[in-house]
Amino acid sequence: MTTGLLTVLLVVICLLLFFVLFMSMTAGRLDRLHRRIDVAELALDAQLLRRSGIALELAACGLLDPATSVVLSESAHAARRSSDLSVAERDRVESDLTAALNAALGPDDYAEVLSEQGGPELLAELSAAIKRVELSRRFLNDAVRACTQLRRQRSVRWFHLAGRTPWPVFREMSDHVDLGPR
Amino acid sequence: MNPDSTVQRVGIVCPYSWDVPGGVRSHVADLAATLIERGYLVSVLAPTDEPEFLPDFVADGGAPIAVPYNGSIARLSFGIKATRRVRQWIREGNFDVVHIHEPVAPSLSLLACWAGQGPMVATWHSSSDRSRILSAGYYIAQTAMEKIRGRIAVSEQARKTLVEHLGGDAVLIPNGVRVSDFRDQETVSVAGSQSILFLGRIDEPRKGLDVLIGAAPAIIREFPDLKFLIAGPGDSDSFRERIPEELQNNFEFLGSVSDEDKRRVLAHCEVYIAPHTGGESFGIVLAEAMAAGTPVLASNLPAFDRVLQGGSSGMLFTNGDCDDLALKCNDLLANAEMRKELVARASERVLDFDWSTVVDDVVAVYEAVHMPGEKVTEDFRGQVVGRFAGRVVKEEAL
Repeated sequence: MTTGLLTVLLVVICLLLFFVLFMSMTAGRLDRLHRRIDVAELALDAQLLRRSGIALELAACGLLDPATSVVLSESAHAARRSSDLSVAERDRVESDLTAALNAALGPDDYAEVLSEQGGPELLAELSAAIKRVELSRRFLNDAVRACTQLRRQRSVRWFHLAGRTPWPVFREMSDHVDLGPR
Repeated sequence: MNPDSTVQRVGIVCPYSWDVPGGVRSHVADLAATLIERGYLVSVLAPTDEPEFLPDFVADGGAPIAVPYNGSIARLSFGIKATRRVRQWIREGNFDVVHIHEPVAPSLSLLACWAGQGPMVATWHSSSDRSRILSAGYYIAQTAMEKIRGRIAVSEQARKTLVEHLGGDAVLIPNGVRVSDFRDQETVSVAGSQSILFLGRIDEPRKGLDVLIGAAPAIIREFPDLKFLIAGPGDSDSFRERIPEELQNNFEFLGSVSDEDKRRVLAHCEVYIAPHTGGESFGIVLAEAMAAGTPVLASNLPAFDRVLQGGSSGMLFTNGDCDDLALKCNDLLANAEMRKELVARASERVLDFDWSTVVDDVVAVYEAVHMPGEKVTEDFRGQVVGRFAGRVVKEEAL
């Protein structure tokens, strides 16, 4: 009889150990994902800042006509001042900057700026910044998706493995700028 | 010039043996060579049997073991020794970014996903039957992929498998072509006659060999001496059966060709024909033909249409239409002036697919995931095997 009891006890202990190991691994994954999101958010903000900086430079350099310059610098300024706003507001302001860039740099204007002194360098920097914004946002949303997927799991919800970390949010904004022909 | 370019040291992991030619391996070699030209410090970790023959930038990842994987025999490196090797490489490399190829291949790649943490990027290459491995090792793959900050897929097909099986998204960065490798090839002489070339598996219907065979009689009527060179893996006998009796002499079956021979044959032939009927996401072969200075005649698949700019840097025919193919092919063969013009425009267009252009996108990914001052470090948490291997290394160091 005692051996039977011992076996049951041993099995229970094994299961418990396995459970604890699994939970610790899941918590580790979750922690890692949260940190990945933090880094990705920092990266996106840095790239957005860089983008708006170059947009300002473009507006100030005198290669565009005055009206376009005003529109562009207006939205670039708004984007740079947005750090205190909510995420949704910030995304809206950045989308506005995207729209302004699209409007300012249609095929004709693009060709115009490209032919001016200093134009090609500025446009190359701008297109690099735009590309990096797109990439950073994609990578951030990817991390958010992986994290929410894990946080929806029962084991994570029931045992509050995520602690008080706020639920991650997707960054929804339009960030695609059609630069020049092609 | 670029204030954000904080990435200097790049580590690249290749899962397959460095000694055996292959798609992933040559992708890694081209990428590494191009990055080095750009002034990056690059170290590639790859399995090898002959460490003494490795180029400077390749680190010895240990001897590979031949195992059946993904429907063929792959030479992979795994086990506790390989894990240790990967950890040592990460520790000593002091990398700003580690770029892992085929991250779920059970080799150095998966081990690197396990052993590292920090700015890590992974590239998915297209593969025949990924789903089986993914569903079997779902948990492992998922856990490993969670550490990857930036995902790249080399083709729409690879991106699809990734999205379907693991969710999320990937950036599409196509394979590059080292254009200079294709220029100025010495040509093979095949009895002085004109020839056109088909490349690809002959038993894969989507490569469209049947369309070409269907068009052949009408082409031969105009050019009786024309040779059809067919290069690609597949069974020669069953291929012969598909060709009409009177055309047997016009078809020459070359079998599968090495990269070098492919370049030579491309440079030699008058026209390269890509009669693919579907399934092509990019068509690297088109770019290769363009780099070799060979006029291209391709079906009007969306991917081909894009590469050939709607027909300006190569000719297009209606997908699956033998008559149209024959018509266009005869036009092209009869008109040397037209071929010359196409080649001139193609040589310019192909620069868009040159590695030196493609690498810009890869570097953009590196910079998007890397925060200034960050390094890839060893990860001891979460993995039992990882912990064990880490401890072994530490004990050895004492």
